Amino acid sequence: MSSRKVFGSRAKRLEDPALLRGKGRFVDDILLPGLMQAAFLRSPHGHALIKAINKDAALAMPGVHGVFTLADFKPHLVNHRLVVGLPSPAYRQDLNRPALADDEVVHVGEPIAIVVADSRYIAEDAASLIDVDYEILPAVSDCVAALAEGAPTVHKGSPHNLLAEFDVHYGDVDRAFANAPHVFREKIWQHRGGSHSLEGRGAVASYDANEDRITLWSSTQAAHTAKNVLIDMLGWDENRIRVLTPDVGGGFGPKVVFYPEDVAVVLAAYILREPVKWTEDRREHFVGTTQERDQNWDVEIAVDGDGGIIGIRGTLIHDHGAYTARGINLAQNSAVVVPLPYNVPNYRLDVRLALTNKVSVTPVRGAGHPQGIFVMERLLDRAARELGIDPAEIRRRNLVKGEDMPCEKPLKARNGLPVVLDSGDYPACMAKTLKAADYDGFPARQAAALANGRYIGIGIANYVKGTGRGPFESATVRIGTSGKILVYTGAAAMGQGTRTMLAQIVAEQLGGDMDLIDVVTGDTSGVPMGIGGSASRQTVTAGSSAHLAALAVREKALKVAAHMLETSEEDLEIEGGEIRVKGVPELKVSLGKISHAVAGTPGYALPGGIEPGMEATKSAVIDDLTFANGTQVVEVEVDPETGNVTFLNYVMVHDSGVIINPMIVDGQVIGGAAHGIGNTLYEWMGYDENAQPLTTNFAEYLLVSATEVPTINLIHMESPTPLNPLGVKGVGECGIAPASAAIVAAVENALSPFNVHINQTPIRPAEIVSMVDAGRLDLNRGQRNPS
Amino acid sequence: MGETRQITVTINGKTYDEEVEVRFTLADFMRQQLGLTGTHLGCEHGVCGACTILFDGRSARSCLMLAVQANGHDILTIEGIAPSEDELHPLQEAFRDNHGLQCGFCTPGMLTTLLEFLDDNPDPTEAEVRIAISGNLCRCTGYQGIVAAALDAAQRLRDLKGA
Repeated sequence: MSSRKVFGSRAKRLEDPALLRGKGRFVDDILLPGLMQAAFLRSPHGHALIKAINKDAALAMPGVHGVFTLADFKPHLVNHRLVVGLPSPAYRQDLNRPALADDEVVHVGEPIAIVVADSRYIAEDAASLIDVDYEILPAVSDCVAALAEGAPTVHKGSPHNLLAEFDVHYGDVDRAFANAPHVFREKIWQHRGGSHSLEGRGAVASYDANEDRITLWSSTQAAHTAKNVLIDMLGWDENRIRVLTPDVGGGFGPKVVFYPEDVAVVLAAYILREPVKWTEDRREHFVGTTQERDQNWDVEIAVDGDGGIIGIRGTLIHDHGAYTARGINLAQNSAVVVPLPYNVPNYRLDVRLALTNKVSVTPVRGAGHPQGIFVMERLLDRAARELGIDPAEIRRRNLVKGEDMPCEKPLKARNGLPVVLDSGDYPACMAKTLKAADYDGFPARQAAALANGRYIGIGIANYVKGTGRGPFESATVRIGTSGKILVYTGAAAMGQGTRTMLAQIVAEQLGGDMDLIDVVTGDTSGVPMGIGGSASRQTVTAGSSAHLAALAVREKALKVAAHMLETSEEDLEIEGGEIRVKGVPELKVSLGKISHAVAGTPGYALPGGIEPGMEATKSAVIDDLTFANGTQVVEVEVDPETGNVTFLNYVMVHDSGVIINPMIVDGQVIGGAAHGIGNTLYEWMGYDENAQPLTTNFAEYLLVSATEVPTINLIHMESPTPLNPLGVKGVGECGIAPASAAIVAAVENALSPFNVHINQTPIRPAEIVSMVDAGRLDLNRGQRNPS
Repeated sequence: MGETRQITVTINGKTYDEEVEVRFTLADFMRQQLGLTGTHLGCEHGVCGACTILFDGRSARSCLMLAVQANGHDILTIEGIAPSEDELHPLQEAFRDNHGLQCGFCTPGMLTTLLEFLDDNPDPTEAEVRIAISGNLCRCTGYQGIVAAALDAAQRLRDLKGA
């Protein structure tokens, strides 16, 4: 790819013109004739039995078309549960969500009934008239308490609250610790909140009686999965269900999950023979959309006198929520990522996933990786402090080196294949970051600030993030008789520029004019198979498939053109919408004509005896993860009186292999870092001891605005991966991966005069003030009672 | 249908005479009754700013207003910003060139808020831009592209005025 046309350029996004004009089409923008609106009645209790439901008053309200509970749906379902969990031998209980609550509700927000009415206003009024007779049961809120002896159970029929357990280990960790010169232990609490895509979830379903087919427009990250779940639940065949995704207003993980509301809207539309729309409001997003929440770690690091890591061991208790809506993957990601960037000869983590009476936990951008990275980096900072080694130096001594690539780790990914760090130069990456952040000049800056009564600090975090999770993503490339180049994929577009990315890849092979390319994502009638958007996977998987399909179409187009122009393929080039003879540009044929030539004319042979249709479909199988890496160095000022944290400098060096569009990659990484800032300093999805959510609006749950995030100085390295034909790695979750670790380290460093040691994230302003106060108290005590 | 009122409202230069339910918010009225779905609802409690419109030239949350309150008033939404079907407004161009949008859901509120702001303050600092959009949440961009777009748009608009 020496003289590239568009691949690698800051090409303008195909998505933007419509979105900038207000002509995007999100799921709530879909208006159909006779469209009804739905609202859900949801559980107000963390745990209760449903003794009876009376919907008479709701049904009697003018404008109400239907009120449905699980009992109404059961005759239409071959399976009334959403069986979606990723497979694992670690499960100790199978707890799948019902389409609507049966005789028990297990978290606040669990949908019990769907009301369909002329307007959302009427539907909500009617929902409030449904009379449910509850018998309230004890609820389990805290994931550690959930596993204690004698804890009430999250589900009445469960023997205990252990959802799954597994361990990740290699080496001889106990022997390593027995002989270690230094062992340091940390108990770490970590919490992440909801996704809070600005657009909530949504569904529009329409049943076509003439075709006997349901169409579901859904704000999903995984249209094909949604269709498959509907097939399993309804027992319908494939031709009767189409799922398509219009514009999606941000995904960030939870929209990859199929939800009870999706099947409820489908069934309501089917039973009523009327199109039905449900749009999630923000309060529903807080209680009904999956989240990431608590992890409690108890870990130890063993090091030698020079800070060389000998081993890491410990336990992790992970809050799973009330049901399995995705799997054990978050805790698995957390456990596997801990030792990745460093040489850790012995490792063991025992992991337990605890049920709680809260909405299910599934990936939010980062998917457990930020937590594992936080643990590793906190342990290194602790060891560095105890041994009097600079935090950068202890990392330098332990990082996997560039010359050791590819580096096989004694760990397995969830497909059973070994974890192999494929490429990158981690020490060089950290060095570049430190230089850009003027790390060496920091002690002088800190001393000067302190002399002025200001508390500034610096923090470092390295990360490695597995991306491009396989096994494949589908892509079809077709030149239409119109001359347009059509791309269909099972990949999902939720704002990250997927269409532009694929258009750049395809245009590179087919003439370089992106305006000729139309990309259809997330439509089950576009391609038969697809996996969708998660795990920073689509550029690697869908990108590779689109590349191979474009190459195949290119070869075919050149063959046909050579036949038509009576020349050889080597003498041809594709430029814009034409194939022409090199050096003789007037000898040319349009892509539309080429497509016509192979579209078939009854009774006539195809030119050159080639296969019909100017198209190719590829699903490149890529099983191995490719590992992106990077470093963040963060400099902050902390106000010890208010707990306010101000960013003085935020530097990130990031390596996600070959870059297709630097503008889009910048946007992904910086957006992720901002998400990480929010997670670290402001966001907290609170519940009380009865599992009642405490933060259900944007006044109680704080998202960062433009005044809390700094301009991030982002620098790229490009280490191509050998694992796919484009050399690309995933990028969507990289910015967030090390953010909490770097920020917390910086805050701790700033507050070192108060002897503050931080072993948690988030650290919200009030918590920072408490830490300072506690530190001051300790210092004062120390002065009074020197011992 | 509940109690209704007849209202007259001008949106993006077009006058609408409509019977509207008194409890309909302005946002729901525009989106559902008029099909002007460019204005988005992200929180419906006045925090996220996605639904921001210009109401007689000043920014306002269309989720916190009733449709009947718009009777006799003039509204600009995202659909009315571009000068024509073929051209984008300099602010929109700057958003495209500076990656000021990803999913595009917060974009209607960002554009209307900045349109008002750049009119009031044609030569802002980065800090002033950040304060101006601090009532508009974005989960995708980290705001960096939006801030760059706003500063770039300010320059473009000043150049146009100077020309």
